[in-house]
Amino acid sequence: MKLDAQIPSGPIAQKWDRYKFESKLVNPANKRKFDIIVVGSGLAGASAAASLGELGYQVKCFCFQDSPRRAHSIAAQGGINAAKNYQNDGDSVYRLFYDTIKGGDFRAREANVYRLAQVSVNIIDQCVAQGVPFAREYGGLLANRSFGGAQVSRTFYARGQTGQQLLLGAYQALCRQISAGAVKMFPRTEMLDVVVVDGAAKGIVARDLVSGEISLHAADAVVLATGGYGNVFFLSTNAKGCNVTATWRAYKKGAAFANPCYTQIHPTCIPVSGEHQSKLTLMSESLRNDGRVWVPKKKGDQRAPQDIPEGERDYYLERKYPSFGNLAPRDISSRAAKEACDDGRGVGPGGLGVYLDFADSIKRVGEDKIRERYGNLFDMYEKITGANAYRTPMRIYPAVHYAMGGTWVDYNLMSSVPGLFVLGEANFSDHGANRLGASALMQGLADGYFVAPYTIGHYLASTKPAKVATSHAEFKKAEADVTARLKRLLSINGQRTVTSLHRELGKLLWEKCGMARNAAGLKEALKRIPELREEFWKNARVPGENQSLNQALEYAGRVADFMEFAELLCTDALHRNESCGGHFRTEYQTPDGEAQRDDQNFAYVAAWEYQGDGKPPLLNKEPLVYEEVHMSTRSYK
Amino acid sequence: MNLTLKVWRQKNANNPGHFETYQARDVIEDMSFLEMLDVVNEDLIAQGQEPIAFDSDCREGICGTCSLVINGIPHGGHKGTTVCQLHMRRFHDGQTITVEPWRARAFPILRDLVCDRTAFDKIIQAGGFVSVNTGGTPDANALPVPKTDADLAMDAAACIGCGACVATCKNASAMLFVAAKVSQLALLPQGKPERERRALNMVRAMDEAGFGACTVTGACEAVCPKEVSLSFIARLNREFGRALLKGEPKKSSGGAG
Ligand SMILES: Cc1cc2nc3c(=O)[nH]c(=O)nc-3n(C[C@H](O)[C@H](O)[C@H](O)COP(=O)(O)OP(=O)(O)OC[C@H]3O[C@@H](n4cnc5c(N)ncnc54)[C@H](O)[C@@H]3O)c2cc1C
Ligand code: FES
Repeated sequence: MKLDAQIPSGPIAQKWDRYKFESKLVNPANKRKFDIIVVGSGLAGASAAASLGELGYQVKCFCFQDSPRRAHSIAAQGGINAAKNYQNDGDSVYRLFYDTIKGGDFRAREANVYRLAQVSVNIIDQCVAQGVPFAREYGGLLANRSFGGAQVSRTFYARGQTGQQLLLGAYQALCRQISAGAVKMFPRTEMLDVVVVDGAAKGIVARDLVSGEISLHAADAVVLATGGYGNVFFLSTNAKGCNVTATWRAYKKGAAFANPCYTQIHPTCIPVSGEHQSKLTLMSESLRNDGRVWVPKKKGDQRAPQDIPEGERDYYLERKYPSFGNLAPRDISSRAAKEACDDGRGVGPGGLGVYLDFADSIKRVGEDKIRERYGNLFDMYEKITGANAYRTPMRIYPAVHYAMGGTWVDYNLMSSVPGLFVLGEANFSDHGANRLGASALMQGLADGYFVAPYTIGHYLASTKPAKVATSHAEFKKAEADVTARLKRLLSINGQRTVTSLHRELGKLLWEKCGMARNAAGLKEALKRIPELREEFWKNARVPGENQSLNQALEYAGRVADFMEFAELLCTDALHRNESCGGHFRTEYQTPDGEAQRDDQNFAYVAAWEYQGDGKPPLLNKEPLVYEEVHMSTRSYK
Repeated sequence: MNLTLKVWRQKNANNPGHFETYQARDVIEDMSFLEMLDVVNEDLIAQGQEPIAFDSDCREGICGTCSLVINGIPHGGHKGTTVCQLHMRRFHDGQTITVEPWRARAFPILRDLVCDRTAFDKIIQAGGFVSVNTGGTPDANALPVPKTDADLAMDAAACIGCGACVATCKNASAMLFVAAKVSQLALLPQGKPERERRALNMVRAMDEAGFGACTVTGACEAVCPKEVSLSFIARLNREFGRALLKGEPKKSSGGAG
């Protein structure tokens, strides 16, 4: 496969303007002749569907939840970045660009990231115009905070519910287009395959999750905005329904999958409480602005936190990273927590936890101030753990949170299958090997509101795609494949529940391909995953029938895809003989335990190409060329 | 702890439902209510029975998907808590718990504990938005908004659209839901140009969807997991009255030519 990133020529600051000027336009009267499918209604999908509808295209939008408003984006707490420089603290498009490239450990594509920083300012304007109630100062202007490893205050927020408010803004824009007849919405409908005709994406196969009915939809372009794959680890901060199905099926139809091993582990989550655990809850990292992270200096110290004197505590982030301290980036903070626990100094059941302590801040600014800042998070913590964090430190532990990897896309956000665009967390494009806090919301909305509407228009105007009807043989074949697979799942009738198999897969990945990885462990995982997959297809039990609302069947389909995808994730992790961002290979570290990149050999995007079941995938490399930012060692000391 | 569950089972929208009794054994207090149901479902699957269908997604109290009536109270009756955030330490050994779906004419049951809430989407589609297209919007700080207005708008905007307010209301009214969106947008300058039209259209859509009338008993506020205030209903009534007085905006033709 030939990977061409289609990066426009010219200086970085002019590429996007030049692209927009040079791109072909669809005549307004012709737009309604084009059908576009958008799978997903999170920030990326809802904003894209609404914007495309406004432009006059005929749009169909799909989601598996009962309403587009419930997409996983709703759960984002902390905020959204934008280079507005409203605080006059030295921020700029260039600085946001630079921070994102550096934060991504020099594994993202410069041109895309620069564009992201550029359009970030439009996002805030757009959201305010929609009535998103961002936090404000007494003077009536927008408030900002600093977030996740940034030294400027560029994060906009709506209490602890930023994702909710941004998504509702996009959802409302989508609703407006639905009532205008420009978008047809299909909730509780799951896409199960992409249909490719003569090498181009021409539609999808979907299943109505209430009736079980399979439907075929043809279009001139297909957009996947289906979110991240963190749930391959079983336990993650993602919503229960998050899955890899859409991008995985696209992979099997020719859309290369990039950098699956770049997974983000978030440092501040509530630790696992038992086998029954169904998901993990994030405690916003804004807490690290006022909380101090520590463990006892002594191994196996069983004393209550209040009984451990100052001198016997190790504030390890402050010690190791004096200039960033408790605000060190996610990958670094997570790994430091793991190290402390591996060293036998973790706290709580199983020694899998570290303290996040607010005592000093409460002393400094008062309990009321802390309540005002984080009241809802402290309440949430108490609901889940039964403990009062105003009195005793929170116990936290890292958890899988975000997928930097995803479908490979070019500058147009188009995958290696022409006409198939991939937006939001589902693509690999902007965060390199590690994402900075408050940048996923920015990327989702940038893709959906400001990038895809242009690039899809350009695709339609320049390729004039041929219309294909759902009666085409490729549609019929895809439908038959989907139906056969559903039947097969229902007929396994084995002994193990799908949950137990998924949990086993997740544990394996967490141990062998989690916060720290090494070749020996990855090889073990690569041996075990096919066995587990075989067991799934021989011994899983999927009750019920196809022609009805059957949550067990939905779930089984997603886990079946995770069983395949996990192998690609580990293959990628094994091939990348370096440490970078969220991918930490224990063999490749500096003497003081920091990630050691190998720019000579690994400054490329690994885009994996499907070769058929049972065959190893083919590695394609997109070299990463840094013209603007000098590749340096990321240091937060 | 061990619990007895009486759970509503219903094959689909066309079949009548009934209660089934299940034993939940070895329940740990750190489990959420939904994790307890997960464990019950694992047992049911192992025994070759069909698991209990119920909706959930985020399991953090923000997506509004989970929707169970527990012992007669939507979300189980703990202040500011969705059922996905309700933990088993709130229950005691030997307790019998009934678990039912939302029940309202506008929310037909699809299966077991799963209902159809698309009526809420229809209400938003009728006017719960600001009519701006993507692009061409003024700078976000061009228009200062008093902090008190922005904060109050956020209080209203906190609604997660779960429908507990409807499920608990003896009239199955959606007033709190509608009031939250109408208030949020009427409080902000960006929402003001369309405020009359929005209030009229959303209330009309609510009536058409089969929701009942509001008699301001306040049951909705009590079960709302986001504690959306009843005072927004008063605000909606004011907005609606104002809109009636002003009448529907006249349609005028654009300046063609
Ligand atoms: C707890 C939490 C907190 C976070 N906080 C922040 C934050 O503060 N700031 C920040 O920038 N980022 C944050 N993130 C990350 C951010 O929320 C996500 O990366 C982002 O919202 C993803 O948006 P999306 O539109 O790409 O996908 P999603 O919101 O995940 O939407 C996916 C959509 O695709 C649909 N879908 C998926 N598969 C199918 C299918 N097969 N068929 C049909 N439909 C399908 C779903 O129904 C859904 O509508 C947080 C993430 C988590 C988990
Ligand atoms: S599952 Fe999201 S609010 Fe309960």
